[in-house]
Amino acid sequence: MSRTPLDTVEHAAGTPDVELPWAELGLKKDEYERVVEILGRRPTGAELAMYSVMWSEHCSYKSSKVHLRQFGEKAPQSDALLVGIGENAGVVDVGQGYAVTFKVESHNHPSYVEPYQGAATGVGGIVRDIIAMGARPVAVVDPLRFGAADHPDTKRVLPGVVAGIGGYGNCLGLPNIGGEVVFDACYQGNPLVNAGAIGVMRHEDIHLAKASGTGNKVILYGARTGGDGIGGASILASETFDDAKPSKRPAVQVGDPFQEKLLIECTLEAFAEKLVVGIQDLGAAGLSCATSELASNGSGGMRVTLDDVPLRDSTLSPEEILMSESQERMCAVVEPEKVDRFLEICDKWDVIATVIGEVTDGDRLEIFWHGGKIVDVDPRTVAHDGPVYERPYARPSWQDALQADDANKLPRPATGEELKDQVLRLVSSPNQASKSWITSQYDHFVQGNTVLAQPEDSGMIRIDEETGLGVAIATDGNGRYTKLDPYTGAQLALAEAYRNVATTGAKPLAVSDCLNFGSPEDPAVMWQFAEAIRGLADGCLQLGTPVTGGNVSLYNQTGEAAIHPTPVVAVLGVIDDVARRTPVAFQEEGQLLYLLGDTREEFGGSAWSQVVHDHLGGLPPKVDLERERLLAEILISASRDGMVDSAHDLSDGGLVQAVVESALLGGKGARLVVPDGLDAFTFLFSESAGRAVVAVPRSEELRFNDMCGARGLPVTRIGVVDGDAVEVQGEFTLPLAELRTAHEGTIPALLA
Amino acid sequence: MARVVVDVMLKPEILDPQGQAVQRALPRLGFEGVSDVRQGKRFELEVDGPVDDSALARIHELAESFLANTVIEDFTVKVEDVKAEAGK
Repeated sequence: MSRTPLDTVEHAAGTPDVELPWAELGLKKDEYERVVEILGRRPTGAELAMYSVMWSEHCSYKSSKVHLRQFGEKAPQSDALLVGIGENAGVVDVGQGYAVTFKVESHNHPSYVEPYQGAATGVGGIVRDIIAMGARPVAVVDPLRFGAADHPDTKRVLPGVVAGIGGYGNCLGLPNIGGEVVFDACYQGNPLVNAGAIGVMRHEDIHLAKASGTGNKVILYGARTGGDGIGGASILASETFDDAKPSKRPAVQVGDPFQEKLLIECTLEAFAEKLVVGIQDLGAAGLSCATSELASNGSGGMRVTLDDVPLRDSTLSPEEILMSESQERMCAVVEPEKVDRFLEICDKWDVIATVIGEVTDGDRLEIFWHGGKIVDVDPRTVAHDGPVYERPYARPSWQDALQADDANKLPRPATGEELKDQVLRLVSSPNQASKSWITSQYDHFVQGNTVLAQPEDSGMIRIDEETGLGVAIATDGNGRYTKLDPYTGAQLALAEAYRNVATTGAKPLAVSDCLNFGSPEDPAVMWQFAEAIRGLADGCLQLGTPVTGGNVSLYNQTGEAAIHPTPVVAVLGVIDDVARRTPVAFQEEGQLLYLLGDTREEFGGSAWSQVVHDHLGGLPPKVDLERERLLAEILISASRDGMVDSAHDLSDGGLVQAVVESALLGGKGARLVVPDGLDAFTFLFSESAGRAVVAVPRSEELRFNDMCGARGLPVTRIGVVDGDAVEVQGEFTLPLAELRTAHEGTIPALLA
Repeated sequence: MARVVVDVMLKPEILDPQGQAVQRALPRLGFEGVSDVRQGKRFELEVDGPVDDSALARIHELAESFLANTVIEDFTVKVEDVKAEAGK
């Protein structure tokens, strides 16, 4: 198994002509030449392994970096941001001495290969990012996108993904409070499995990943290292699937949530006793990433003895150990006099912990194996100075034709009967139907602090039992809008998540994003990516919500066909007292329904155009972020002062979708009147942004109207909560029972 | 009638948390000397008619597509002599 002789640094220097498999490891020729130039010699096998995984698209962001800079350059002034982009996860001040860390990441490709384990380890990975910041994880969310709901492969992928998320999260004891499920044929060969997590800590407990202090020990703890997902980072996540070469698919990582639970408790106990100088979780690129990032974020160098890494499989080569993506592992830097106590805590939690190296006063990362030095590099060249590409981008030639194919010109329903029929088709379509068959497989309420969970507009968690302080999170993304106009589509995703958080009564504070796109080598995709980032960065600046971190997932495509550009945006908000939250469900008959915002004829990319006409064309709804901000202020004030009893944001499916959801959840119907100046169809189906529908108790009617009037928000009375049907006066009446069958029967019929 | 046995095991490089849990429990219960445990599944299929090549091919197919998740698991198919089993 072991090569003879060992490919040490010395050996590499003496054998410059040895050919290494750099191309198989995913490096381009000029990238390999740069490695040789940096080192002044050919790399050893182990060095090549490290450079190849760390310089992969997944780890180095080499195609996206030049665009991602905008999140820093356009960052709004925010007092709330305690830790920004670049750490394991951003940290936000939510008041009362509490800080919250949150992040969304993708685990798309692994979840297609092995849905259960791919999705499960996605949850595991994002949770470790949270604990690496010193925070206790309190909730997870999962934005998911699959192929057509009736496609046979969706029946393979979706149940596996849902079971994996549920299995891992439930075992950890973390409530799953939000996310989305979207179906679209463009995700058929490339589902999007994004995972988000929220953690809570006190301000003084924030920890950053760095290795400082000569002589400090590097401790690897958690699971043993095996042959899991070797090269996953560079090969699995960066190359398009090719059915002809299944052998290229590396071993799948298998997660062990019980081990992860021990890791959480053990890490937080070590933090509480102030035993840790720096910490890093092991995710993509495993030890290669952890050692090079810890070393380059600290002041000195690092020396690691690879022989000391506990192995599950003794035949692993040093290259494989460096690249292994075995789950549930972390790396800590600990002062020598605290090592014993750290190991004691690990032992108490039954977690294997081993000193594998130490911080040195040099600036080199040196790794030894069987007594030979197999790595001798400047860690910064591995972790931070990877290649940066200014990929060419160009507005695709089909964009104009797509936008010219105006959805507003599609045939519209002419009679009340046709309207009724299309409402039923809308609310029973897979994307608009109730997802409770899926979300009820997750535990929403474990830990007892869940205030709101699906299908509410945002998930909400109480973080202080005394004061009722809580945080809310919403994730949104609309690939159809973004395909029509990437700049606007990204802003619509931001606006919707922002609005969803405000609808529940929380004040939006910060943003994390998971940017899912096709191949960056395609100029059209690169243009979508550049436009989406520009839109998102401009939007965050205007709304005053900084991007705290996130993740980019490229190469989401099957053959030449890229997915719809799908930036998923998570917005985190804070609410001073969760008792003041606003739910979606109608609470009491007789309450007045008000529509906030302006309704225009906007059907491009709409759910209606998809369900009724299977159409995608035209322009997405217009974005007015100042209006979004005003709407949010009104919704938050109304919630705080008890002026509304329920509220629901208007997005895909328009007003009728929102009213049907509120009615079904509350078990109370609504009588609606089409306002002057609008036709019934536009009123019900338009997807104009910046809108919400609220139920106002009669006693608050005057006060609520005065507030909206004083602040200049258009408000229209559209009806009343009443009866056991949704009735649009003069058009149609749909009994709740019929709506419920249509709305709640679809997903079980397709998937159960 | 014949019995065909399909044994399904996780591939050697795949983590086996259940096997590890068993292995950790052994010394606690006083059973020393076992350095590794891997846990698998055994399916016993009672087959109508003779187990000829075409029957075996069918069983191979059902094992590959249904009994085993070949992304993470290997399987073996073997025919068992039912009479010998019964006579034990």
